[in-house]
Amino acid sequence: MTHLYTTPEAEMNAYNFAYLDEQTKRMIRRAILKGLAIPGYQVPFASREMPMPYGWGTGGVQVSAAVLMPEDTLKVIDQGADDTTNAVSIRKFFEKTAGIATTEQTTKASVIQTRHRIPEAALSEGQILVYQVPIPEPLRFLEPSEVETRKMHSLEEYGLMHVKLYEDISRHGAIATAYAYPVKVEERYVMDPSPIPKFDNPKMEMAAIQLFGAGREQRIYAIPPYTQVVSLDFDDFPFEASKADHACDLCGADDSYLDEVIMDDKGTRMFVCSDTDYCAARRHAGHVGAQGIPEKESVI
Amino acid sequence: MTPLLQVKDIAKTYGARIGCTAVSFDLYPGEVMGIVGESGSGKSTLLNCLAGHLEPDAGQVLFDTRSAGMQDTVTMSEPERRMLSRTDWAFVHQHARDGLRMNVSAGGNVGERLMAVGARHYGEIRSQAIDWLDRVEIHETRIDDRPTAFSGGMQQRLQIARNLVTGPRLVFMDEPTGGLDVSVQARLLDLLRGLVRKMGLSAIIVTHDLAVVRLLADRLMVMKDGHVVETGLTDQVLDDPQHAYTQLLVSSVLQV
Repeated sequence: MTHLYTTPEAEMNAYNFAYLDEQTKRMIRRAILKGLAIPGYQVPFASREMPMPYGWGTGGVQVSAAVLMPEDTLKVIDQGADDTTNAVSIRKFFEKTAGIATTEQTTKASVIQTRHRIPEAALSEGQILVYQVPIPEPLRFLEPSEVETRKMHSLEEYGLMHVKLYEDISRHGAIATAYAYPVKVEERYVMDPSPIPKFDNPKMEMAAIQLFGAGREQRIYAIPPYTQVVSLDFDDFPFEASKADHACDLCGADDSYLDEVIMDDKGTRMFVCSDTDYCAARRHAGHVGAQGIPEKESVI
Repeated sequence: MTPLLQVKDIAKTYGARIGCTAVSFDLYPGEVMGIVGESGSGKSTLLNCLAGHLEPDAGQVLFDTRSAGMQDTVTMSEPERRMLSRTDWAFVHQHARDGLRMNVSAGGNVGERLMAVGARHYGEIRSQAIDWLDRVEIHETRIDDRPTAFSGGMQQRLQIARNLVTGPRLVFMDEPTGGLDVSVQARLLDLLRGLVRKMGLSAIIVTHDLAVVRLLADRLMVMKDGHVVETGLTDQVLDDPQHAYTQLLVSSVLQV
């Protein structure tokens, strides 16, 4: 280290805006643009080492860093929640390295980085949703060879994807794939939507830009606004966006994706919205679920 | 009658070594052609060249396609060739493991080709799979078992079902009975003979087992060191071999 005695300001200036250097951002932006031009196609990119382990969202962080502008407002969610480890640390990372505003409100954010969920509130034009992707290749567990899967994508040989769904039905009587449910984008590429619950699949036809970053696997792919995204299925076993058959116990919402929380060792369980912002906004508006208490009383 | 497959001067070398060279023949619809020869004689190289797994260095492989008539499969585009290999062609590997997906159930294995050509109705795919398992004498109750739970003979029969489900017109077989014990071999041959005759399939069978070609093949091609040394009707070649190597081959068969 050259400067041992640095002021906080000088320390800030040691970082380029949003951590990555401009050449790296340029390379990532180029991959993003290519991804947007070919919806669902996995664009290879030279993923960088990030100050976090693989599997913690290195791909998503790089994509976010490349699209962030100083005037952006960032929201980070992990399984729908703003207050879990992954979300908190990534939010802090960008607060520190980009000095941008952050929010927990879906509607106020211009860039939303997400792990495993799409927010309940409909996204609008001008917003960007960045997904963290562990394994971008939907055919991976059926076909181990990357050479072969690339060929299958380029020749549109997607019969194998249905073999997986067939296996599900033959073993479980229904398509048991509940997350990372394969989709076909704009009638061309079969894509892994990252491990979001299949409940979120229909939301992927949205007004916002969706970007997917897989750091370890070095792939970026994208869905432009208003792009057709169809979940694969069989004629006699159509796709179903399923969720727990329950209403949120805190806010009473019956249209949101729920987390099941085990309360004790006697089998008591509670269902709550996985989207914490959605739940809080509903409770703020006066909705109360079966086990909830009105917001005013809950504030100590 | 036009031939289904016309092979013209196929050659494949591995560096300076010859894989196979100057092989030409016609195969007519419904005909079964046997290729025999010792290990290293180039018969598998030839088969892989014909089936599009290897690119030959010279020559043409013309196939009578449904849509466009005679087409050279060596020069056709890869998507077309791959389409052909999962519709009109079938390839039965010597080791069933090479031709099956071992982590997918028997039904899924049979259904894969159907789904690859666009079948999207689970019930229909399943009933066709059951029908085909029945035809290769695998009981319907085994449909959801993985091939790892099957015996060698069953795996081989499953591989055949998986290949024939889309009603191909030409089947390539690479030592289909290799590694099976004799009673299982006999049943498999019986089954193959029945299927080939019933479906009017054309087939090219590579083997070193003369009994297999005696039972299945109409015509025979004998290879040695990459060259075809003798061709003719199966009975003719086996009962009245002309070439010294064929004579050796025929006389080497052990009599019980």
